Amino acid sequence: MSMKTEALQAAHGAEEQPLHHQFEELPQQNESYVVGMWVFLVTEIMFFGGMFLAYVLYRWRYSEAWFEAHTKLDIPLGTTNTVVLLTSSLTMALAVHFAQLRNKRLQLAMLGATIGLACVFLVIKAFEWSAKFQHGLVPGPNFTWEGLVPAPQAQLFYSLYFGMTGLHALHVIIGIVVIGVLALLTALDHPLVKNDFIPTELVGLYWHFVDIVGIFLFPLFYLIPK
Amino acid sequence: MSTVAPVFQGESPQSPPSYLKAGHTIKSWLLTGDHKRIAILYLIAVSVFFFFGSIAASMIRVELVSPRGVMLENDTYNKVFTAHGIIMIFFFLIPAIPAVLGNFLLPIMIGARDLAFPRLNLLSWYLYVAGGLCALLAMAFGGVDTGWTFYTPYSSMYSNTNVTLTIVGAFIAGFSSIATGINFIVTVHKMRAPGMTWFRLPLMVWGSYATSVIIVLGTPVVAITLLLVVMERVFHIGVFSPELGGDPVLFQHLFWFYSHPAVYIMILPAMGVINEVITCFTRKRIFGYHFIAFSSLAIAGLGFLVWGHHMFVSSQSMYQGMVFSLLSYLVAVPSAIKTFNWTATIYKGSVRFQTPFLYVLGFIGLFVVGGLTGLFLAAMSTDVHLTDTYFVVAHFHYVMVGGTIMGFLAGLHFWWPKFFGKMYPDNWGKLSALIIFIGFNLTFLPQFVLGYLGMPRRYHYYYFAPEFQFWHIASTAGASILAVGFLIPAVYLLWSLKYGPDAGPNPWGAKGLEWTIPSPPPTTNFVEIPVVREEPYAYDAEADEREERVPAETKR
Amino acid sequence: MKIDHSHAHPISMYLKTFFALLVLMVLTVVMAFVHVGPEGNSVLNNLIAMAIAVTKAVLVVLFFMHVKFSTQLTKFWAILGFLWFLLMFIMFADYTTRPREYIRGWEPAAEDPNAPAALPQPPAR
Repeated sequence: MSMKTEALQAAHGAEEQPLHHQFEELPQQNESYVVGMWVFLVTEIMFFGGMFLAYVLYRWRYSEAWFEAHTKLDIPLGTTNTVVLLTSSLTMALAVHFAQLRNKRLQLAMLGATIGLACVFLVIKAFEWSAKFQHGLVPGPNFTWEGLVPAPQAQLFYSLYFGMTGLHALHVIIGIVVIGVLALLTALDHPLVKNDFIPTELVGLYWHFVDIVGIFLFPLFYLIPK
Repeated sequence: MSTVAPVFQGESPQSPPSYLKAGHTIKSWLLTGDHKRIAILYLIAVSVFFFFGSIAASMIRVELVSPRGVMLENDTYNKVFTAHGIIMIFFFLIPAIPAVLGNFLLPIMIGARDLAFPRLNLLSWYLYVAGGLCALLAMAFGGVDTGWTFYTPYSSMYSNTNVTLTIVGAFIAGFSSIATGINFIVTVHKMRAPGMTWFRLPLMVWGSYATSVIIVLGTPVVAITLLLVVMERVFHIGVFSPELGGDPVLFQHLFWFYSHPAVYIMILPAMGVINEVITCFTRKRIFGYHFIAFSSLAIAGLGFLVWGHHMFVSSQSMYQGMVFSLLSYLVAVPSAIKTFNWTATIYKGSVRFQTPFLYVLGFIGLFVVGGLTGLFLAAMSTDVHLTDTYFVVAHFHYVMVGGTIMGFLAGLHFWWPKFFGKMYPDNWGKLSALIIFIGFNLTFLPQFVLGYLGMPRRYHYYYFAPEFQFWHIASTAGASILAVGFLIPAVYLLWSLKYGPDAGPNPWGAKGLEWTIPSPPPTTNFVEIPVVREEPYAYDAEADEREERVPAETKR
Repeated sequence: MKIDHSHAHPISMYLKTFFALLVLMVLTVVMAFVHVGPEGNSVLNNLIAMAIAVTKAVLVVLFFMHVKFSTQLTKFWAILGFLWFLLMFIMFADYTTRPREYIRGWEPAAEDPNAPAALPQPPAR
């Protein structure tokens, strides 16, 4: 532990974190960026919030249909995907950790691992979705439903399923692009990220938020009790 | 009470050049990170959209001169009033004061060199322009006929117009205002100069902060709502369409969850401007600083609890309607607090009737009318009669035009010398303020009568009630006067850029950090970050009088 | 209180958090198949699932996102978003007090005599 802090101090003494022109001091700068990112995440919470609200409304209204429609979802695949997402969150947290220690090699490795896991997530998601296409469970003119509950209600479930997981997947794709750019800039020692862990921290905050959305989507769609 | 005045950081030979002269290429403007230049970019863009919106407005007014309409087909009329609403709300009223006056002044008022995130600020302008272009393209190639509210299921299933492209435009513009909101919030929290405590902030900063909070908490909700409408049109994701399994009233809930607070996004910054101008031209401290500051936050918070009063005649439950009706009355309290405080500030002040102050007087009068007629609409029983009539139209124009645009013009005239270092002719300013006030009232007062008599909004004819024609003609005549009133400032303000006399750093003798630096300010605003040692609005009318008397006596 | 943001935390903290998340993950899957509470009523199960999800989210926010170690200001904004989202649930005051409007084809007509006879169908697009 003490060795680690020494290494940390040595690393800090080596080169100062850059101070941007509009700020007066580093703690002010760092907190500004973190708070700014959190305010952005507040908007993201409200953004997903609208959809979650629609979900709660229709689940409350059509609870039977919700149970029956959800049985066609693949719980093992959904569970695997959530674990993949949680793991990617861990690697992202470690990437921030190594950025703080200014260990560029391990930071890049962790960013790479995060991108890899995110891609695995998307591939699994694509498998799940294509199965739904084959079974005619995609909302629209081709929606087919044979069950006890009325088809429009089941279609509503799948509308929200595709809408919410689709929006989540879009955030994952944006995350892959952002993490990729960050890794590239780090590898090139670009002045925007050199000696500064804040960009990694901010991307990390975004990625953990995507993870949190996944944490809520999983029980809401895959684990509906009778 | 400390009265150490901030030292004027005058134009010494080594002082940096003004932000206007810090680069002359187009690139130096289009890739600038300077909040002042971005404010100017916004001013230009916002004026262009105001022009387009006004053209749509005049088309509406001309059409309604005759009971059977004058020149527009019925579906063209629908597209025109939709264009008017969308352009004016999303691309003029929402960005006008925060993105122009706020962008320019907020960092200077709190003693900072720039906003916290200059690149994000520039991005917000580009997003705004991109969103605006999407909307204009949609209107140029076919138009939209849903009204600015995009009510489902009409917008999501039936309308064959360019709903998707328009929504994309509004969506992008939403991100632009979110970017501005984030920037303002972090800047107010983290960039204040030493000694600039929360209760030494100018009240315009409080107003901008409260606005930003609303933007950040509300805009994403309307973004997802509009996105769902697009998904419904394109992918048949049926959250709002009964045919696909959804509930259209849910759209109204989600839409108004943002769009009612959005009216406070439009009015709160204007209220902030009023505080600055009113203290300067009455030479008095603001009355009840803390009450005004907290009433801004109260409006921001309560504004989120009243959206249901837009839905009294939707199939919303009656009980929810009653709750929303009561809560809507509550919002009147902080608004009234502000109005009373402004009135008390003018009382016994040594008032100077110059152009910005005339706009402030206009604001107070018109906002009171707009606000009080709002209570008619918040009461369920009268609202059932008045919903979707011209009474509603008149009400929100009194708040939006009489409030926001009056506030915007007051601020623009107040800080114009700070923006460009040039003074405009004050007499022309007073004249146009008077013309706008008269024209405005002539336009919208008849609409209250029309609405009460039962003229529905969004109709392109009224042959069923030709007796309305008198009021419609009065309204159209007023609109013409209003248009002249808006053109005059455009002319003399542009004229002043080249021919106006130099304004000097503080032409009004106003307090506040922005008046301690040269006009126009240098790129980094302050040579040295100031230390704030006094409250805002430390005006002293007696000292002013002494100063004014001294030269006169020495002359004699 | 000024906090040095660049101070790194031990890796073990991240690993412990991750482990806790995995345990909760298993727990939520198991609990989905164990019925709790009275027959025919899934309220308790739903509450448990949401409680676990909220716990997981809190763990991520506190440790992965470093909110536990950050300033009051960061904490304020981190909490505000989640609280404000709950405000939207006011609209359930509408849905719970409004008479249910049935749509033909959605509910078996025999169950409810008040169901409207037929709704006008929208024109084909």
